[in-house]
Amino acid sequence: MAANVTTEDQAEPKRRWQDIDLRAVAPFVALALLLLLGALVNPNFIGLNNLANVATRSAFIALIAVGATFVISSGDLDLSVGSMVAFVASLMILFMNSGAIADPGMMIAAAIVLALVVGALCGLANGLITTVGKIEPFIATLGTMGIYRGLTTWLSQGGAITLQSAEQQDLYRPAYFGVILGVPVPIIVVLVVTCIAAFILYRMRYGRHVVAVGSNAHVARYSGIKVDRVRTWAFVIQGVCVAIAVVLYVPRLGSTSATTGILWELQAITAVVIGGTALKGGASRVWGTICGAFILELVGNIMLLSNFISEYLIGAIQGAIIIIAMLVQRSLVRKS
Amino acid sequence: MESEPAGGGDVVLSARRVSKSFSGVQVLFSVDFDLRRGEIHALMGENGAGKSTLVKVLSGFEQPTSGEVLLDGKPVKLPPNGAAEALGIVVIHQEFNLAEHLTVTESLFLGREVARFGVLDRKFMRRETRRVLDMLGSHISETAQISSLTVADKQMVEIAKAISRDARIVFMDEPTAVLSRDETEALFRQVRKLRDTGTSFVFVSHKLDEVTELTDRVTVLRDGQWVKTAPTALLDGESIAQLMVGRELSSLYPQKTEPNVDEARVLSVVGLNTAHVRDAHFDLRKGEILGFSGMIGSGRTELMEAIAGLCPRLSGEVRVGDRVLPAGDIQASAAAGLAYMTKDRKSKGLLLGSDMTTNLTLQSLDQHGKGGYLSPASEKKALARARRRFDIRVRDAGVVAGRMSGGNQQKLLLAKVMEITPKILIIDEPTRGIDVGTKQQIYHFIAALAREGCSVIVVSSEMPEIIGLCTRIVVMRAGRIVGVLEGDEINEQEIMRYSAGLKQKAVA
Repeated sequence: MAANVTTEDQAEPKRRWQDIDLRAVAPFVALALLLLLGALVNPNFIGLNNLANVATRSAFIALIAVGATFVISSGDLDLSVGSMVAFVASLMILFMNSGAIADPGMMIAAAIVLALVVGALCGLANGLITTVGKIEPFIATLGTMGIYRGLTTWLSQGGAITLQSAEQQDLYRPAYFGVILGVPVPIIVVLVVTCIAAFILYRMRYGRHVVAVGSNAHVARYSGIKVDRVRTWAFVIQGVCVAIAVVLYVPRLGSTSATTGILWELQAITAVVIGGTALKGGASRVWGTICGAFILELVGNIMLLSNFISEYLIGAIQGAIIIIAMLVQRSLVRKS
Repeated sequence: MESEPAGGGDVVLSARRVSKSFSGVQVLFSVDFDLRRGEIHALMGENGAGKSTLVKVLSGFEQPTSGEVLLDGKPVKLPPNGAAEALGIVVIHQEFNLAEHLTVTESLFLGREVARFGVLDRKFMRRETRRVLDMLGSHISETAQISSLTVADKQMVEIAKAISRDARIVFMDEPTAVLSRDETEALFRQVRKLRDTGTSFVFVSHKLDEVTELTDRVTVLRDGQWVKTAPTALLDGESIAQLMVGRELSSLYPQKTEPNVDEARVLSVVGLNTAHVRDAHFDLRKGEILGFSGMIGSGRTELMEAIAGLCPRLSGEVRVGDRVLPAGDIQASAAAGLAYMTKDRKSKGLLLGSDMTTNLTLQSLDQHGKGGYLSPASEKKALARARRRFDIRVRDAGVVAGRMSGGNQQKLLLAKVMEITPKILIIDEPTRGIDVGTKQQIYHFIAALAREGCSVIVVSSEMPEIIGLCTRIVVMRAGRIVGVLEGDEINEQEIMRYSAGLKQKAVA
């Protein structure tokens, strides 16, 4: 084709203020507003201690939501993550109680590896049921949600599974309660995991494939991308993220039960959506997801610290937030 | 209704100087058309001649940009979205409008269910459906679910639906495309019977033999303009074909360069079968531009997608050089240097919500970094190169593909496919829906590519384009290759004869 380059092509236009994608910025603006509101409600709120606490507590949902960002970006949905937390945690504690390995340090290391493997396998199961079985992800993971939950109830015989060795507990405690250079360990884990996730999503071939599959599976297929493989891997990544959350969760209480992680899937999906990732797939914003998870926990914290809203309304407020987030997203799409 | 002699009734529906443009592109130019009571009127023309648009204007689905539509001699503004059914104007669409989960009876009475005391009278509706189906000679069960029917049966249900609504004017857009010979005859018998009781039909078809067999009058459109209306008895298939084409090639096309006869065969397809394509054989030589012509639905795209590994093959072999391409493996095809560019750029070609870079490199990401890593700098360079090479003109390099003009989108899609530097390029509808200037650029690009030794297959429904570009043309009809034209044989009439089924020759 003729190489008659137009003049506009010569100079790379500078990024202008209007070019900034409002949807990517919106969650952080919301976070700033919340912080401001919190400071007005209660001066203790804005203290570093309180905020670090909130961030630590949001770590579980944040980690799960990072995985959910992959699944949702590729156009799927995983409802089983809450049950998966309970299932992986019970297997992990049962293994630690089994005394298969004498050395407590080695035992914990082995248990962590086991948790990661089980998480990956649970994710793989979800992925294969959805892609090979060609079942809607909503239905497929609704099914595994029941299966993982049911297996947990059976393993715990309806009660709780508790870590028995005090030695193991003491050794494992710092994984949740520890502090490195003044930063709580869970926050560090969340940041590291998110950095890796961001690198995969934005700087690696696989991340590009995820977005392509999520925005239009036809285009992806016609571009030579193995669509089913990409989707399955997203479920596996979700499973591994769940396992990482479990690895932090077990030392916190040293116990798990059939009710562990109930409704966490909804919180994780909420965090992803607040973060600006489109629920229909195609756009992934993993830093927004972390921000979303933090916002969810912050709202609860503000309600707790304030006196005028009952903390029993937390669920209702979180429900309202996801609807507001969707409305804001939609209006931003229209404007841009 | 009283009986009228065929084709001799009063005019019931007509278009007077009707023009229509879609976002600035004019597709109908002051067209006149009239439909008499009790006649079957064929509407003929090449793909893109404006038949479908005229049908939409006459049935209320589109309003004319200028000109008027007359019903029973009085100017009317037809209600949109099929509401003209209330006036007795029914369209049987090419794409079906049936809800898959309803039964045949429910479909027939959809929106006008018969009820007694507020309760559905299912028995009556079933009986009535049976009556209409029997009249059509169809054996479909009235209680069958639509989703369980074959395509032909679904077409029958659409036709039964129109008939059961006591339509005065029925538009049929390629109704026989999916029907067997027997079903077609049953349909024609019924259409004639209805015509004799005063119903008028507009029959859009590419099948010249059916047109001469069934219709009373023919109107031919070409490039959105009215060419001729005449009684069918005065025309034969040949003369209709001549009327539909017959236009000179402009200087839009580059100089043709024929490859040497002894050039290597880079692609050979042997006995390829798919769900629709039957026993396809052909060869492609180095530096050749090979055209694939045929009606919509003749199996060209399916054949190409089967070659590229996008669509399953039932049997047959595809060889690139000495290499046999495995079926259903697009990556193996790409590795062998074969690239396929889809005709469906909006739903299969480009990620409309992503920027140019993402789209450009999607098929060739392994060129931009090792071990799964992507280098932004390398991708940026690729984009700058592609924008220069394909003259993609956008103000902002970060614009999402969905906001680019059709021409720029097409160039971007071409650039994306060319990123894998193929030796064999299959382009499906290279210039669908783009402006003339971009068309010319794409034609010249294809010609330049062939001169450099790349082999190109052009699949197109636009005959001038195929004739202007290709040195050899394969014509397909109903899933089979029915002719290969070379040299002087390459002209629109000849292609039309093959693709309409008037002529067929064994393929070497």
